[in-house]
Parts: sequence; structure tokens; C-alpha cells
Amino acid sequence: MSRKAMTGNGAIALALKQAEPDVMSAYPITPQTEIAQNYAQFVADGAVKTEYIAVESEHSAMSAAIGSAAAGARTITATSSQGFALMWEMLFIAASLRLPITMPVITRALSGPINIHCDHSDSMGGRDCGWVQLYGEDAQEGYDNAIQAFRIAEHMDVRLPVMTMIDGFIISGAIGPLEVLQDDQVKQFVGPYEPIHPLLDIDNPVTVGAFDSLGGWYFEHKVTQNMAMDKAMSVIESVGREYGQLTGREYSHFKTHMIEDADIVLVAIGSAAGNVKTMVDRLRAGGVKVGMMKVRTFRPFPHLQVAGALAGARVIGVMDRSDSFGAQGGPLFTEIRSAMFEAPRRPQTFNFIYGLGGRDIFPDDIEGAVRLLEKAAAGEEISQKRYYLNVREVSLDGQA
Amino acid sequence: MAKPKEIANRPERLTGGHRLCAGCGAPINVRQIMSVCPGPAVVSVATGCLEVSSTIYPYTAWKDSMIHSAFENAAATISGVETAFRALKKQGKISHDMYFVTFGGDGGTYDIGLQALSGAVERGHNFLYVCYDNGAYMNTGFQRSSATPCGAWTTTSPVGTESFGKTQNRKDLAEILVAHDIPYVATASPHNFKDLMNKAEKAFTTPGPAFINVISPCPRGWRTPGDQTIALAKEAVQSCYWPLYEVEHGKYKVNYKPRPERKTPVADWMKKQGRFAHLFKRPDGEKVLAEIQEYIDRKWQELLKKEECL
Repeated sequence: MSRKAMTGNGAIALALKQAEPDVMSAYPITPQTEIAQNYAQFVADGAVKTEYIAVESEHSAMSAAIGSAAAGARTITATSSQGFALMWEMLFIAASLRLPITMPVITRALSGPINIHCDHSDSMGGRDCGWVQLYGEDAQEGYDNAIQAFRIAEHMDVRLPVMTMIDGFIISGAIGPLEVLQDDQVKQFVGPYEPIHPLLDIDNPVTVGAFDSLGGWYFEHKVTQNMAMDKAMSVIESVGREYGQLTGREYSHFKTHMIEDADIVLVAIGSAAGNVKTMVDRLRAGGVKVGMMKVRTFRPFPHLQVAGALAGARVIGVMDRSDSFGAQGGPLFTEIRSAMFEAPRRPQTFNFIYGLGGRDIFPDDIEGAVRLLEKAAAGEEISQKRYYLNVREVSLDGQA
Repeated sequence: MAKPKEIANRPERLTGGHRLCAGCGAPINVRQIMSVCPGPAVVSVATGCLEVSSTIYPYTAWKDSMIHSAFENAAATISGVETAFRALKKQGKISHDMYFVTFGGDGGTYDIGLQALSGAVERGHNFLYVCYDNGAYMNTGFQRSSATPCGAWTTTSPVGTESFGKTQNRKDLAEILVAHDIPYVATASPHNFKDLMNKAEKAFTTPGPAFINVISPCPRGWRTPGDQTIALAKEAVQSCYWPLYEVEHGKYKVNYKPRPERKTPVADWMKKQGRFAHLFKRPDGEKVLAEIQEYIDRKWQELLKKEECL
């Protein structure tokens, strides 16, 4: 293992290079571009055996990835934001064909208005497309998740595509320390690829993507897809443990900090988890019984484990980096609240939406959220459940 | 090319039992093309009549490997398959040869799939793209595409007091592919099976991307009897509505040139199809028919000039 200074994108491109898949199809988009171009350079330098398809759109990136994976090749792509939205149709098809494609997603706000900076509206919008979704806090987790993704996707109990998120710019473009495995360690961990029913097997020709309509098996296919998602739950854990044995960095569905005796728990996902942790430590020093949970696995959502871990909390504040228009709160909030519904002692839950379009979140914002949660913990009746952090006051009549 | 009799005895690669309509041009074209494919193939099919009718789960009419994923991306999908083949062959994981072919209707090719097709041929994947052009979105019940001829009734270019059907001419797709400067572009018709199979064989064996646009009469959408499919394809060619030509490495060759007295008026061909019936009844029909004839004559003359110059 060696230690390097790298951008989040650089770290992920390196992880992909070390895994050395057969095919990459990619289209550049801010802030993912560095991955697309770094990998193209690896190919140009003969550093990898990978064949690179410089497609003309993200829709074709995912379509070509589907063709390649169905043909029997280990296949990757990477995207962000509008690119993610453009490949939306194909994300569902990749999952339904049970193709173990892996894809780093460098999260970025969705248009409109157009905005190139970080939030989770791209990947969170894709939470029901049938992909396993893992969120990383920093470049190290982005690197580690990108490597583990192959093992999870290709596991015979799972055989589903896996996307691994890091936050656009905040992580993708920032240089930080990275523990890097040796190439052969990554290759050994990832292992050889065994395709199932590949198109290129001329002795066993196969039809992929058949018409499965009324009177067919569409419903059953969807149910088995969800069964595979259920199975992914324990595979993510076992792969995370094995990765821990190799690196000392063990992974599961989430991490907690100072949660055991906490009355108040903040739940975060992505890079803001680091800010939240700092604030938890500061507030603890001031006597506030606050803890935190950082969610890694969003699909499948580990609701039972989450409910178990949060069982002692009186008040939960869920931090979402994306909104869900017309819903009761952001995507993480609705999952957490639903997970806690059947808890023996149901906690109060509040939603803090922050950081849309890359808006900064400051220590004061997090402290403000905790102060509100303290009041709820003290028994004060607070009917408003959803809050926006660090947002200017706006109204529908156009007056700011 | 082998003798037609020998080719006819080769095993079927699109078997009977598929559920395409009686008289549909698509399976005739597919069987002719696949009969000259020199080895095992992976077939990518765009969403459409051919796809839904040949792969009703858990059945398939395809003897080769076949993949369908969506409507607009058949060319992108085969790009991935062909690249996977090259990747695995390079690593020594595959030793055999394979061929890669895509079938898309005109909706999936001229319209929604044009970008994916353009990208795939520009990247130079080694594959054949076949557009079976029946002149509308027939699978969903006859909606206009950019391949629908001027004057045709479809459900989205309907006939009414203010409309004689589709008001625009067809997009010239073969010329768009020629402009990509790919090794092989051709148009073909199932009535001239020798010409079609000859072109398909060339397309399969020419390294790099190849494109064939083949006319594919649709009895349901054209409002024609199912037993007239081949006759209608033939007359489309004789009238120069559907010229047969090929462009090899930029060099044009017109494969069929009717003598002037044998070149039939396009109205004769149109009259046999219910989708044009209104043009022969309404007052503005004559003018529209004259304009269509004028357009077809102009395109034909342009093609002959291209053959001379290029």
C-alpha cells in the first residue's frame, strides 16, 4: 500500500485502471470529465488492456455498456448530472438484464436552471432504477467503493449493476490523501470475470432483451430483480469485510459516531458527513448528547440495521443534499423515517435540506439544526418538519 | 456470391413461427440478408415490429445471438458488443470470427436512432446496419416518420380538409450515411434478391461500418394486400421512387437503370396503396402527385450525376 495525493476523480480513475476491465464506454461531462480523459490516456499509453468506446452521448455510453456486458466483457462507464439523466432509460434496462456494469457517479445538480456544482439530485433521482447505490464521503471511499463495486455486481447472488457516488467538485476536484493498493492486490481482490449467457458464445446463442408483455413473465422478472437486491445486502457486507482484511478499512452499510448514548442523531450521506462529524465532536464538548450516522448503502436501503442503530435516538435530523418536489421530504429523510416507523420507541424526525447546486454548508448551519433538534428532544412541540439550510428567504410572489 | 439455389438450402437463421404479419417485408429482408452472413453473428434489433414479433418471451425466432435493449440505441448497443468481441479476442479469450448486424425500422433509424447510428459509424465499428424502411411507425399503428413519403396518410399526418397527408418529402438517409464516408452504403429491395444478397455479402465482408437501406412494404400501413409485397417493392424501384445503388469507398454505382420507356409513373405505384387513395379523389391531388413525380425525377437525375462524377 502506498500513500498519494490525488483528486477524487484521479483516485477513481486509478481504481478503475487497477481493476482493468475489458471495456469502458464513456462520454465526458463536468465534473466526471477527468475520469473519462484519464482513462483514455491509460488506454493511449498501453497501460491497460481495456478497449475504450468514446461514445457520442451518455445514452449511447450506457447502451454500449449494455451491449458489451451482454456480450461477456467486464464493462464500466462513469457519469454526472445531465449525463445520468440522459442514460436514465438505459439504467433500468441494464439492471433488468442483470448486467454487472459498474459506474462511478460524480454527483452534480440537475438542470434547470443549469448548474455544474454538487448535489445529489442526479443519483437520488435514479434510486429506483434497480442499481445498487453506494455513497462515499471522500476520495478514499470513492476509490474503495469503485473497487468493491466489481465484486458486489458480479457476485452470483446479485448480478446487478452498481453505481458508486462521490460529491462533484467538493471531492472529485479536491486533492487529498489516498491510500493506494498495489495493482496486483486490486486484480486479485476483484478476481476473474465470469459472464453468464454471453452473446459471444457461438455454441450457445442467446436472445437478450426479449419482448415480455401481457401474458409473459414481466412481473416475475421484476420480483426476482428485487430478490437480487435483497441478496445484495449481505454481499455488500461480506465484500466490505474482506476489503477490510486487505486494507484495514472495513465497510458496511453505514458508519456511526457517538451514537450509543445520543438523544439526537444527525444522518448524513456524502461529503457533508465530514462536516457533521466535526460539529458532533464540537457540540459533544459543549455537553450536547448528539451523534451521527453516515449512510453508505442507499440501494438496497438497510432499513432494519438502520432502525436498530437508531433505536436509542429521541430525535433524528436527516440531512438531504437533494429535494423531492411534493414529497414529505428528501429521499434520505423518507427512507429513514420509514425505517423508524416500526421502532419500539418511534423518534421524532426532521429533514434538513442543504447544499443544492453546490451551496456551501457552514458549521453554524449544522449547529442551528442541532439546536432545533434539542428543543424537540426537550419536549417542545415543533410541527414544521422540513428545513432548508443556508438558503435566502424567497416567496412565490417573486420577492426575495 | 454462391448460387441462389445453394443459399436457399442453407439453414434458416430467422425461423418460422415468428409473429410478423402475413406479407410483411421485414422477415423476407432479414432472411435474405442473414442467409449470406459468412459466420456466426450477433444481431442487435431496435424496438419495433421485427423485435416484438420475433422474441416473444420465452420464445425466440433467432438462431444467432440477438440483443434488444431499446428503440433509439441499436447501433450503440452493437458498438458495445463489437468492442467486447475485439477486447476478448485481443486477450485470446475468443478465437472464432463473428459478424455484427443491426436491424432497425425507419423510425428507429431515420428519427430516434439517427444519433446512435451516426456515432457508431463515425467510430468505425465493424458492423452492418440494416434499415428496413416501411415508411412509418407501423408497430404502433402507422405514425409518420421522416421516411414517410410526401402525400401519405398516417395517423399523425392525417388527411383532412386542410391536409393531404404528409406534406414533406423523405429524409435521404443513404446520402447521410454516404456523408459519413464509411466503406459501404447501399439501397436494396427484396424483389431483387440477387442484388440484395450480393450487397449484404459485400457489407458483411467489408471491414468497418456498412449500411443498407432496404425497402420493406407493410401491408397494414400501406393499405395493400399481403400478396403484393414483392410486386410493390419492384414497382417502387421501377418508378425510381426507390433507386437501387451502392457507394463503395465513395464510388457510386446505380445497380438498376430503367430505360426511359420502362420507368413507370410513381402515381401508378401510389394508386395501388390505400395510404395514397385520397390523392386520387381530392381536387388538390393532381397537383400533389405532379410535385411528387417532379421530386422523384430530380432525385433520380441527381443520383445519375453522382454516379458519373464520383
